[in-house]
Amino acid sequence: MSAADPVMAVPNFLDRDYRLRAWLTTHDHKRIAILYALGITFFFFLGGAAATLIRLNLITPDGALLKAQTYNKAFTFHGVVMVWFFLIPSIPTTLGNFLLPLMIGARDVAFPRLNLASWYLYMGGGLFTIAALVAGGVDTGWTFYTPFSTMFSNTNVFLVVAGVFITGFSSILTGLNFIVTVHSLRTRGMSWFRLPLFVWGIYATSLVMVLATPVLAMTLALIALERGLGVGVFDPSLGGDPLLFQHLFWFYSHPAVYIMILPAMGLVSEIIACFVRRRVFGYRFMTYSMLAIAVIGFLVWGHHMFVSGQSLYASMVFSILSFVVAVPSAIKVFNWTATLRKGDITLEAPMLYALGFVGLFMLGGLTGLMLAAPALDMPLTDTYFVVAHFHYVMVGGSVMAYLGGIHYWWPKITGRLYSESWARFAAILMFFGFNLTFFPQYILGYEGMPRRYYSYLPQFQVLNVLSSAGASVLAVAYLLPILYLLWSLRYGERAGNNPWNARGLEWQTRSPPPKENFLEPPVVQEAYAYDQAAPNAGAPPNIGTQVSGGGPGGGTASGGGAAPTGESLQ
Amino acid sequence: MNAEVLQAPAVEEQFDDPTQQREAATLGMWLFLATEILFFGVLFASYTVCRVLHSEGFAVASRRTDMLLGSIETAVLLVSSSLIALGVRAVRMNERRLASWLFAGTSALGISFLVMHGFEYHKEYEEHLVPGLDFAQSGANAPAIELFFCLYYFITGFHSLHVFIGVVVIGVLAIRIARGAFGPRHHTTLELAALYWHLVDIVWIFVYPAIYLIGRAG
Amino acid sequence: MNPFHMLIPEASSLAPRIDALFWVMVTLCGLVAAGVFGAMMFFCVRYHRGHRADRTGWQAGSLGVELTWTLVPFALFIAVFVWSLFLFADARTPPADADTLYVVAKQWMWKVQHPTGQREINTLHVPLGHAVRLTMTSQDVIHSFFIPAFRVKQDVLPGRYTQLWFTPTRLGTFPLTCAEYCGLDHSKMGGAVIVLSPAEFARWLKLHGTDLSLAARGAGLFRRSGCGGCHGSNSTVHAPALEGVYGRPVHLADGATVMADERYLHDSITLPNGQVVAGYAPVMPSFAGQLSEEDLLAIIAYLKSISVPSNGGEPP
Repeated sequence: MSAADPVMAVPNFLDRDYRLRAWLTTHDHKRIAILYALGITFFFFLGGAAATLIRLNLITPDGALLKAQTYNKAFTFHGVVMVWFFLIPSIPTTLGNFLLPLMIGARDVAFPRLNLASWYLYMGGGLFTIAALVAGGVDTGWTFYTPFSTMFSNTNVFLVVAGVFITGFSSILTGLNFIVTVHSLRTRGMSWFRLPLFVWGIYATSLVMVLATPVLAMTLALIALERGLGVGVFDPSLGGDPLLFQHLFWFYSHPAVYIMILPAMGLVSEIIACFVRRRVFGYRFMTYSMLAIAVIGFLVWGHHMFVSGQSLYASMVFSILSFVVAVPSAIKVFNWTATLRKGDITLEAPMLYALGFVGLFMLGGLTGLMLAAPALDMPLTDTYFVVAHFHYVMVGGSVMAYLGGIHYWWPKITGRLYSESWARFAAILMFFGFNLTFFPQYILGYEGMPRRYYSYLPQFQVLNVLSSAGASVLAVAYLLPILYLLWSLRYGERAGNNPWNARGLEWQTRSPPPKENFLEPPVVQEAYAYDQAAPNAGAPPNIGTQVSGGGPGGGTASGGGAAPTGESLQ
Repeated sequence: MNAEVLQAPAVEEQFDDPTQQREAATLGMWLFLATEILFFGVLFASYTVCRVLHSEGFAVASRRTDMLLGSIETAVLLVSSSLIALGVRAVRMNERRLASWLFAGTSALGISFLVMHGFEYHKEYEEHLVPGLDFAQSGANAPAIELFFCLYYFITGFHSLHVFIGVVVIGVLAIRIARGAFGPRHHTTLELAALYWHLVDIVWIFVYPAIYLIGRAG
Repeated sequence: MNPFHMLIPEASSLAPRIDALFWVMVTLCGLVAAGVFGAMMFFCVRYHRGHRADRTGWQAGSLGVELTWTLVPFALFIAVFVWSLFLFADARTPPADADTLYVVAKQWMWKVQHPTGQREINTLHVPLGHAVRLTMTSQDVIHSFFIPAFRVKQDVLPGRYTQLWFTPTRLGTFPLTCAEYCGLDHSKMGGAVIVLSPAEFARWLKLHGTDLSLAARGAGLFRRSGCGGCHGSNSTVHAPALEGVYGRPVHLADGATVMADERYLHDSITLPNGQVVAGYAPVMPSFAGQLSEEDLLAIIAYLKSISVPSNGGEPP
């Protein structure tokens, strides 16, 4: 990096205006991503605090730590915050916002002001939810089943419902923004089947966000209306139907879990390809399977209702469709495994997280298959078996992928390298802590311990204690990255363009990138062209024509590789 | 007087050229309309389920709505949709004055829709049909009537909110057309506004028979 | 059938069949998981950077391989689905000779009524080897009746009747829990299912016997509530006759035809103007609030008893 290089005089997106007002009125997708990351992290630890209370209380069978009502509020808050304020936004709004334009060679998303509005909506909704907490919490469970939530609960349901309603718009607008971005702003040469799988994952996720979230919004509005006016849409004593609520709720909430997993799947493909130094096996099947998951995911919601009083025939239809939706996920697991074969593998922290994702997501998905069979779902639903299942896919899956992505792109976002040994330690600790926490819960569920119980039969204690012990390990493993990542911001070694020697357009620009993303037009190759040299590091075989300077703020010289070569991380 | 060269709209920095900007805006609007259909879809689904559960009561309640006003409102919206479509066409033909009047007319019809709806709401309030506001109906069908009107106010209120937003936006656009902000080659905003207005109209076309006509068949 | 019997007993006719499916799935899924984990670890070791291995012949995809691992799992899934389909259909279809017991759930207890009149709270005594059908409703919010040892669970809803059946195959006491979050003391809404030998059960019935069977209690409520005033044979009010009503189709004023099942009878008493019978005026008052859910079940039991041909007087 020569100091005389005129390109170096351009500030990166972080340095370019330190004022708070500049951050709060930014249109830059990269800054908005960081604003989101702050919110997401805050809510993660808030939801984690609730989880801590839960697991502490469950150490003893008589629930000595908390009163019943407090416990009920704790698991409700845990669910609401983790689902809507952490899992659903996490990868799309942080890594998605940051990387999507970079990966397709664009300067920003299609509607930057809408992007900023989405962040304000997210934070606004979060404010309502915190207000609900301050007002004493809510005790309905994150699923708000009627008539309990509409006619019986004495807590401030309206505040929470309002918070989620507002945040839902953030989701819808983000999804809309991303879909248009991918359609309209791909740089020349970046055709659909050269896109990184992360972009495909975000795209599929965005389709679900846009189409499913409005249903949630109106359903929550109906709850608020029913609670306020007592009219009887869902209340049987007035002639309404509580199952109508369940259908409406799960029609959104099942696709919502695919919102949580699809970005993670895309992300993991990026990491695995890089640390195996190979293309992902079966690229087309990977893209089609993500789209299939998004579409079929809309058709399976009734598998949450097998014992609800739903008809036998409806249950059968939802069951077969739930088996069908598992097929593309299985394809993806097999493809990731096959990508490892004959590779050139190294096991840095992002790779550990990615491999952990594949294993834990697979375990969670397999238990999902068991639940897809109504005969098995009957004894297992509403027990800890289901709790274990969804934590395996959401925490062992999405959260691990998210952390892997944070580590992988940390040098690009911050321009710093983190401590690899600490990161590996945290990843391994997390894997063990996670399994210790949640595997016993499968057994508890099979043995018949129901969920949402603040006290339980004494024979369940040993497994509960194991689970709580695991949770403490997990807590440490989640805190460690905060520490060493923050430390790296000040003391970490500076990163070059491409510390991992990865492929993908984001690695062709500086770390951190300038506000315009690219100072020279990026060179488009086939996806995961690890068998070819990295662009700007020699003589790249160039199959994409470079973008001619059509718009303002674009590149200047033709792509002769003026950017410095990246240092590879060893 | 309509033939002067108009200033091309600025291309925002994330776009390479006006075509890309236009395509992105159009796709964005269609996606937004898709979400609107889902919003209203949930309300219609809930309404349908409740109607099946309370067919008698809903029929009785539906007869308490004002069909005359409802029918006039339907006609008004249909006419307004054709006006705005003609308005977009006029812009394409570079007939600025006509286009401006057509857009203003659309907005005015929208206002008249809201005024008529306001009269309906007022009348229903006086008949004690508004849940939560002095609702007082008796008889076996009272709960069903209350449920009907709750959904009625939610659906038509939500729809009226969309009408109101449309009225404001289209009114502003009418003024901007008159000032020369749009021309035959750059009027994407007008097309997208017209799309939005057509959606508002289509939603009403479902609302009208579902709410006003069910109790009056045969 | 259950190698881990110390985890939880199999105490109903359905339990071994469900466990069989469960353990087959665990085995299959375990094999897949072991295969994938094994392959992953093997590849990570063998193909780690710096290890010498044959890395030639690498392919970016293979249609044959993809189709294989798409279609083989899919075929297995279909097999599991079909097995589960038959098992679930059986689990939802009580045998014709099942005894019907009635359960009313409320925050936070289970109230059980035997057809012979015995009532229990939070316990359920049943005889070994006899099929039992539970017809259940809730007084307030959604609950769920769950007997882990029997592997049966069914949500219990307000405003409608749901059903669950089982045949106990082991003597003993088995936990009964509520499995749908229902508020403050959801965790405390448990109890026990006590399976007795037929002789012991008969003794239990006698010990806790009442003079009135459920249907007889219902007949008393029917009289005391004045139902006969309109529905009786010498009433001046034009009201549908109720002899034989249960289980028959009913033609409604709006042209629809419904079956007179438990829910129809329940709703006719609590929301009478929702479904008016063709040819009758909607003049019946609602008894919602005057009759509890248990009372309604007793009346329904009575109406069932006057709907079967008399054959010795055993209520259905």
